[in-house]
Amino acid sequence: MSDSENPTAEDVFGSAVERQEDVPLLKGEAQFTDDVSLPGMTHLAVRRSDHAHARIVGIDTSSAEAMEDVVAVFTGQDVEDSGVPNAIPTAWDLPNLVQPQYKMLATDKVRHEGDGVAAVVAESPRVARDALERIEIEYEQLDHVTEPSEAVDRDVPPVHAEAEDNVAFDFELGDAEAVDDAFAEADHTASVDLRLPRIIPNAMETRAAVADYESTTEELRIWMTSQNPHLHRMLMSAATLGIPENRLQVIAPEVGGGFGSKIYHYPDEAVTAWSSMQLDRPVKWQATRTESYQTDCHGRDHETTAEVAMDDDGTVRGLRVETHAGIGAHLSQFGSATPSYLYATVLSGQYTIPAIHARVVGAFTNTTPVDAYRGAGRAEGIYVIERAMDVAARELDMDPVEFKKRNLVPAEEFPYESAAALVYDSGEYERGMDTALDHIDYEALREEQEELREEGRYIGIGVANFVESAGLSPSEAAGNLGSQAGGWESSIVRFDSTGTVTVLAGTADQGQGHRTTYAQIAAEELGVPLEDIEVVEGDTDRIPQGMGTYGSRSASVGGGSIARGAREVREKARRIAAHQLEASVDDIEFDDGEFHVAGAPDRSMHIQGIAHEAYLGHDLPEGMDPGLEVTDFYDPENFTFPFGTHVAVVEVDQDTGDIDIRKYVAVDDCGEIINPLIVDGQVHGGIAQGIGAALFEGASYDEEGHLETRRMDEYAVPHSTQLPDFETDNTVTPSPHNPLGVKGVGESATIAATPTIVAAVSDALQPFDIDHLDIPITPETVWRATGGND
Amino acid sequence: MSRHDISLTVNGTEHELTVEPRTLLVDALREDLGYTGANVGCDTGRCGACTVRVDGDAIKSCTTFAVQTDGASVETVEGLADDGDLDSLQAQFQENHGLQCGYCTPGMLMTADTFLQDAEDPSRDEIREAIEGNLCRCTGYHNIVDAIEDTAGLAGQSQ
Amino acid sequence: MHTKEFDYYRADSVDDAIEQLEAHDGAELMAGAHGLLPRMKTGEESPPALVDISHLDGLATIDRDGDTLSIGALATHADIAESQQLKQHSSALSDAAGEVGDLQVRNGGTIGGNIAHGDPRSDPLAAVLALDVELSVQGPDSQRTIDADDVFHGAYETAVRDHEFVTGLGVPVQDDAVSAYAKRRNPLSGYAMVGVAARLRLDSDTVTDARIGVTGVADTPFRLPAVEDALEGESVDGDIVEEAAGRVEKAVDPSELRGDSQSSGEYRAHLLSVYTEKAVTAALNRAG
Repeated sequence: MSDSENPTAEDVFGSAVERQEDVPLLKGEAQFTDDVSLPGMTHLAVRRSDHAHARIVGIDTSSAEAMEDVVAVFTGQDVEDSGVPNAIPTAWDLPNLVQPQYKMLATDKVRHEGDGVAAVVAESPRVARDALERIEIEYEQLDHVTEPSEAVDRDVPPVHAEAEDNVAFDFELGDAEAVDDAFAEADHTASVDLRLPRIIPNAMETRAAVADYESTTEELRIWMTSQNPHLHRMLMSAATLGIPENRLQVIAPEVGGGFGSKIYHYPDEAVTAWSSMQLDRPVKWQATRTESYQTDCHGRDHETTAEVAMDDDGTVRGLRVETHAGIGAHLSQFGSATPSYLYATVLSGQYTIPAIHARVVGAFTNTTPVDAYRGAGRAEGIYVIERAMDVAARELDMDPVEFKKRNLVPAEEFPYESAAALVYDSGEYERGMDTALDHIDYEALREEQEELREEGRYIGIGVANFVESAGLSPSEAAGNLGSQAGGWESSIVRFDSTGTVTVLAGTADQGQGHRTTYAQIAAEELGVPLEDIEVVEGDTDRIPQGMGTYGSRSASVGGGSIARGAREVREKARRIAAHQLEASVDDIEFDDGEFHVAGAPDRSMHIQGIAHEAYLGHDLPEGMDPGLEVTDFYDPENFTFPFGTHVAVVEVDQDTGDIDIRKYVAVDDCGEIINPLIVDGQVHGGIAQGIGAALFEGASYDEEGHLETRRMDEYAVPHSTQLPDFETDNTVTPSPHNPLGVKGVGESATIAATPTIVAAVSDALQPFDIDHLDIPITPETVWRATGGND
Repeated sequence: MSRHDISLTVNGTEHELTVEPRTLLVDALREDLGYTGANVGCDTGRCGACTVRVDGDAIKSCTTFAVQTDGASVETVEGLADDGDLDSLQAQFQENHGLQCGYCTPGMLMTADTFLQDAEDPSRDEIREAIEGNLCRCTGYHNIVDAIEDTAGLAGQSQ
Repeated sequence: MHTKEFDYYRADSVDDAIEQLEAHDGAELMAGAHGLLPRMKTGEESPPALVDISHLDGLATIDRDGDTLSIGALATHADIAESQQLKQHSSALSDAAGEVGDLQVRNGGTIGGNIAHGDPRSDPLAAVLALDVELSVQGPDSQRTIDADDVFHGAYETAVRDHEFVTGLGVPVQDDAVSAYAKRRNPLSGYAMVGVAARLRLDSDTVTDARIGVTGVADTPFRLPAVEDALEGESVDGDIVEEAAGRVEKAVDPSELRGDSQSSGEYRAHLLSVYTEKAVTAALNRAG
């Protein structure tokens, strides 16, 4: 860092600038939602279903209501009777998608353990929770189902009457006929069955909300753990509460991680807001960790069969994929989009596969809803193609690196239209692979592997390539595919009258460092020092519009919007400079904040001084309005396509099943890099979550449909001694259509790390004739697979 | 139900408060005294986001009843900074990008700070073991280990 | 998350603590509360009253008294892990205390409470068995001692009676003994998935007496007589350790072992053999 401290405005873009947001977080002064405390605040707790599937016969709240310090007890019927819309919607339609009403509190049935049935509001959080136990609920239990394929294949009571066979959607992509032909003609085929278990996102801060309704003004203000406050404003206004959008303020203060889980509109936040409206008092709710595990949308939950057709020379001819995807008990906002368009469209991976067909059956089950978790859809898709490629290489008895290289999309083929309906914007896949392999001595490791096998020691090398569609999304294209929301992002770049800059961004940070990267973008475009730039996010009253932070979109779509706005601001300032310097606009040059007349460097004005002139309005070009700010809406023309190659070297102990990660290398290409420190941080965290899924994590349900992984000592969030040091590197292939050339990096490493580790472990276990082990690959999995229990 | 008057010295300031026996130390600090730095992450003694020091020892304040600490000296993350300036450990967390969302950071800092009081020139493995009781979902720990290692290195240089 | 309501009493002496236990039906002692409090939060335990003994003086000491090392019940796991005397004479206990939970838990949890709580996954319990630790217990009318082999009755069940107070531990000092603890950590809870403490007495190269204590594997910590017998009388040279550890899988019935998301009983039985070998080897290595 010492070489990059106090960079000038000009070279700040691309520098490892220390994060602007760190100081209050390090001092414990930053405000998270649970830190919000209001006079007269009450506390809400939700009584949840203990059953996986049951009909509600009766609810008696009288005993809870009688408790001292209990303010109110509400049921689903109370919500219904209040006349609010009370229907949490999906944000993505698909052909024949079944969309049952998703209510704020259940009235007829509970559909998974954790479904909210009633809510208590009390003077203290402890009393509210004590009172939950006094609510008496009579249930009639129903059969339940937790596995996606069972839900649609077995004769079980439907989760929703609207879907008798539990099928939420039956989605197809690609050309089935072309794939059949390819399989008929190809020299070889290979096949692999894959189970991707449920991942619980595990943001360290559980979801929370503080709602404050003012009956005199009929205004509602709500602080909440949100990745997209404007989306929450829209959904609460239109879909659950019915309060006019212009009387609703959503504030996302510091948010302690999201990873997807804080995108969605959940019942609990709506109930908290609704209760404040009923009581005209502030109401706070925060999930316990167990509630978080029961109600935060889970990720993944796929059962897949993938088949590859290839020729003797290693050329892949076709890919056929069949997936059952768990939707959970309710359709969450992207519950339909994630396992369909976000998944099937990346199945081509980095490879030229001429024929692809995928079918995905989305199944309702009596489980926590499933939605986008870091890498959403693309993580599942890349896992499928990478595992299929490794198994295919094994079938051909070909080195997997050689096999994968042979099928890469060549650099000169971009933009590349895949057989899975995407147009990859730019890429140099072979360079990425070579850069990653340069970090290890692949040939020497293969020799070491042979030698060690003689001693009964097993090392494995895993190499996984990935490409993802990031930067959600071009609105029109997304709309054509069923999206019910826009894919643009909005920002305001404003010079204040004294020359400082305020950037208002519609995205919302949960640790990604937006305040730093956005300031770097503005500094670069405007030539203003970082310390003069203030970035504001997460308050719908300060930032008029936005879509939020998900799908690795903030740098490319949010940052792109800021760059566009800043450039327009700069051009207005240039016209003011030309006017006041009495030169033609074409003769005004801009350099590090200074406008000067070409050939006369002493005739100059600084942009921060021009800001003052713009607000004075005394001497502006004819017809120009005063002020110096731009509101931008940026709708990208395409997704961006980050890519890269990750490599892991592992050693597996046959006796204990222990897996030791000897080396982990991540080479990521996220286009232009705004801040290498932050890019590395995103990659590190992504690897950790990807390794977590490969080796440790997974939610499970017992035979009664109860979540077994209920606490942090039961669900395996990786801890410090379970992870290795990471080696990171980058290639830079700018996105040709993004204003900054950036592609995004938030999800890349999570997508890459899981197949990388599974490939490495499977490679180590080749002598045991093991092609693939399902995740999480625990030591016991290895011990059993290698015959330890024989 | 009984209530108890207790006194706590937090970051050098003495406080008197009345608590239920079941009030956790973290709730007393956050709700009663306004020290909102320590966070509740798991609430079962696993994640360490609530770590504070009590009479010099790093402990998890969600696994301690406030009433037990009557008369104790408590140090929280708010007490680390020196006259408003980040202390060496905090500065290294910033320099090494050892935090992202920052939710686990107060507890992570208190554990690391306590560990560094006794550890000279710790290895990366020793650092990883020291923070095993503090979960972080954002960073993958790599940069946190860097930050603690660099803090120890700087302390070694200045001795 | 919080516990059910309870009454709180702070004891000012051991006698006072016992009187409080007698006076309040269902009351329990609390020192570090690291075993109890999490179970109170989940509702697995909900004592109506707690008697806080964490402030009692003189119960956190570690002293040598002739052929015994006396450890006060309020010594924390960190105290025990760092004690030079214990490292020298009862390394299996220092090892085990150093393996408890994490840094914060070792600072807060106490040895007396740990043993009395009887969590079948707790590390020190294996060392209690292997080192033949004697528990000192004070009751309303009398004091008594409990032999190591009589302490553990089941999951969270020990020989410590309702109104009794574990005041300390006595660890025999044996100049001819070496010991060690080897653990497979449950990555989720930090408790032992398998924990084995081995103590061997040696006459030059010959094992004269062996004690192996096991935790984490079953509902009750237990010893491994088959392995102990295989070691006793043998010279430590050769393959004796591997052979002795090999007897584990015959000595235990996997179907009676604990199974959880991280390990089936069958895998635990295998690991028990592996970690028995590790613990015995580590102990022998300390003989130098």
